[in-house]
Amino acid sequence: MAFNYDKYLRLEKMPTLWCWGCGDGVILKAFVRAIDKLGIKSDDVCVVSGIGCSGRFSSYVDFNTVHTTHGRTVAFATGIKLMNPDKYVICVAGDGDALAIGGNHTIHGCRRNIDITMIVINNFIYGLTNSQTSPTTPQGMWTVSQKAGNIDPTFNATDLAIAAGASFVARETMLDPKKLEKVFVKALEHRGFAFLDIMSNCHINLGRKNKMASAMENLEWIDSITIPKKKYDELSPAEQLNKFPTGILKEDKEVSEYCDMYAEIVKVHQGNRKTITQNDFEKKI
Amino acid sequence: MAMREIISSGNELAALAARDAGCKFFAGYPITPSSEVMHEMSDLMPEIGGVCIQMEDEIAGVAAAIGAGMAGVRTMTATSGPGISLKAENLGLAQMTEVPLVVVNVMRGGPSTGLPTRVSQGDVAQAKNPSHGDYKSITLCAGSLSECYTETVRAFNLADRFMQPVFVLLDETIGHMHGKAVLPTEEEVNKGIVPRKQFTGPAEEYFPYECEHDQPAVLNPMFKGYRYHFTGLHHDKKGFPTEEIETCRKLIQRLEDKVELHKDEIELNEEFFLDDAEIMIVAYGSVSLAAKEAIRHLRAEGIKAGLFRPITLWPSPQDRMRELASRIPKVLCVELNIGQYRDEVQRSTGRLDIAGLFKVNGRPISPYEIVNKVKEL
Repeated sequence: MAFNYDKYLRLEKMPTLWCWGCGDGVILKAFVRAIDKLGIKSDDVCVVSGIGCSGRFSSYVDFNTVHTTHGRTVAFATGIKLMNPDKYVICVAGDGDALAIGGNHTIHGCRRNIDITMIVINNFIYGLTNSQTSPTTPQGMWTVSQKAGNIDPTFNATDLAIAAGASFVARETMLDPKKLEKVFVKALEHRGFAFLDIMSNCHINLGRKNKMASAMENLEWIDSITIPKKKYDELSPAEQLNKFPTGILKEDKEVSEYCDMYAEIVKVHQGNRKTITQNDFEKKI
Repeated sequence: MAMREIISSGNELAALAARDAGCKFFAGYPITPSSEVMHEMSDLMPEIGGVCIQMEDEIAGVAAAIGAGMAGVRTMTATSGPGISLKAENLGLAQMTEVPLVVVNVMRGGPSTGLPTRVSQGDVAQAKNPSHGDYKSITLCAGSLSECYTETVRAFNLADRFMQPVFVLLDETIGHMHGKAVLPTEEEVNKGIVPRKQFTGPAEEYFPYECEHDQPAVLNPMFKGYRYHFTGLHHDKKGFPTEEIETCRKLIQRLEDKVELHKDEIELNEEFFLDDAEIMIVAYGSVSLAAKEAIRHLRAEGIKAGLFRPITLWPSPQDRMRELASRIPKVLCVELNIGQYRDEVQRSTGRLDIAGLFKVNGRPISPYEIVNKVKEL
C-alpha cells in the first residue's frame, strides 16, 4: 500500500513554493517516512529551518516548527534541545545556511555533539536569491555573482563535520529516496550530533547556466560526482579529487552527548557527584 | 513588603533576580563588563535544574536563549553594546515571533570596541531600535544595586505580559558596584510572577497570533500537542508566512500597539525634590546617584533643583515629562552619551531649550560637575 503522507503534512500549505522538479520535496518525503518508521509522535518532533528554499521545509511538515534567521538553525535548536533532551530536534539548512553564514554554529554543534539531527540540503547554489555562489558551488561554474566562473574553492561539508567532532556523519543524494529514508532513520536513532550532507538539484538556478538545465541533467551530474564510500576508498587520491563519498562516513556511539554531560553538571551543583575532572574523559588534552 | 539584605554586585544581583523570577535558561558569550552575569548563572541554573550554556558567539547566545523561550521557559542572555550589535537580527526575530526574553546589557564605552572596562550610557538609543523594522522596545534601566534585582524581575514579568524581548540596561558602574542591596524576599517575588498566557482549548481551535489589536500572541510551550509555526516572515494567525495585505498591516500595527496602548503598565519613574523645583535634572542609571548628591548640595545652597529619573526608558514617560517641563523653568539632561535621551526629552516636552551635561570619555560624572553646570544655567 502506498505510504500516506497526509497526517505529517500541512496540506493547506500545498503546493510548495519549490520549483517543478526540485529535490527538496523528495527529501521531505523521505524524512517523513523515517519519522513514521520510527513511530515518533508528531508532538515530539521540532524542525528548525534557516533561510532559503530549504527554510520553507519547516512550514510544510506538521510538527513543532521554527523558521529562524539565516544560518542560525543549530543555535536556536540548541536552546530548544537543552530544555527538552528527550525530544527530537532536527535542523534543516541549505549549503549557504550551514557552511557560509552559519558555519560557526555548524562547527560548534558538531563539537558539542548535542543530540540534533542536521540535514543540509546541498544544491551547490543560492537558489532562492537567484544563483549566487555558495560554499559548495564547484570551481569553474557560472554564478550570477561570478559570471566569469567561480574561483572559490569548493567546501566538503562532511570533512568539516568530521573534523569538528560530529559523531554521526553521512552523505546521500536525493537520487535514491530509499537510501535517504534509511540514513534519516539512522541519524534520528543516533544519540549525538548527526550531520547529513544531502545533495540535491537546482536545475533552475544552478543548472540553466551550467549545461544541465533539466532536472534529469542536474541529477545525472550529481550521480557522476558521488560514489559509495567503499568504492571511494579504493580510488587513488587523484581519482578521489572530483568525487564525494556517499553512505555513513562516521558513526561513533561512544562519545558523550552534550545534554547527557550537562546532566552531570546538574548533579555536581545539586551535590550528587564530585566535580567533573579530566579523568572523566578519554581524551585528556 | 517583606525585605532582605544582601551584599553583592549589580551583575550578580541581575542573575539572582533571574533565578528568583523563574528563569530556567541562560545562554551567553563572554564580554566585559557583563560576564559576571553568566558566571553567576553558570552556578544558579544547574542548581535548580536549569541550563546555562556559553555559546560560540553572541549571535548564538541570543539564538539559543530565544530557542528556549520558544520551547516555553523563561530565558535570558546578557551582554554589552558590541554584543547587542551582533544579536540585533535575532532580537528582531524575537520581536516578530513574540518570544519573551530578558536581555541584560551592561553598557560600556562605544562605538565599536570602545572602552570595554569603562562606564557609558551609549546604548540607550540602540535599545530603542536594535534591529530593522517597526516594533516597540521595552527598556528598563537600573539606578541602584537594589534595582539591578527588582528591574530584572520586572523585566521577566513584562516579557511574559507583552511577549517580546525586554532590555535591562545597567551601566558598568552599576554592574560592578558592590555593596548592600535591600531586596524583596523570594516569597514576595513569587507573589508577583505572572507567567505567560496559555491556550487550553482543543488544538484545532488554537491560533497563537489571532489576538485583539492591542494584545500579544498567546504562545503555548512546544511538545504539548499544540503544533504551530514560528517565522520571521510576516505571518497569519497560525504563524504561517503570508503576504496578504491586511494581515501584514495588522500584524505590524499590533506589535506597536500592544505596547503603545498599554504604556501605563510599563512606565516607572522616580521623582526626587521635584515639587517645588525650578531646575529639573533628567538622569538615569548610575548618573542619577551623582545627580541626587548634587541636588542635596544645591538645595543646601538654596537652589531648588530636583531629579526626574525614568526607570523605564522605552517607551518613554513622555506625558509625565511634558507635564513637569510645562511648569519647571529649566531642564538639564545629564548623560554618559551625547544626549541620546535628551532627544527624547525634547521630543516629549516640545522644548528645544533643554540643557545638557554629557560625558563620553569613559569616566563617571561627579556631583560637583552637575552642581557647577546647574549654577551656569
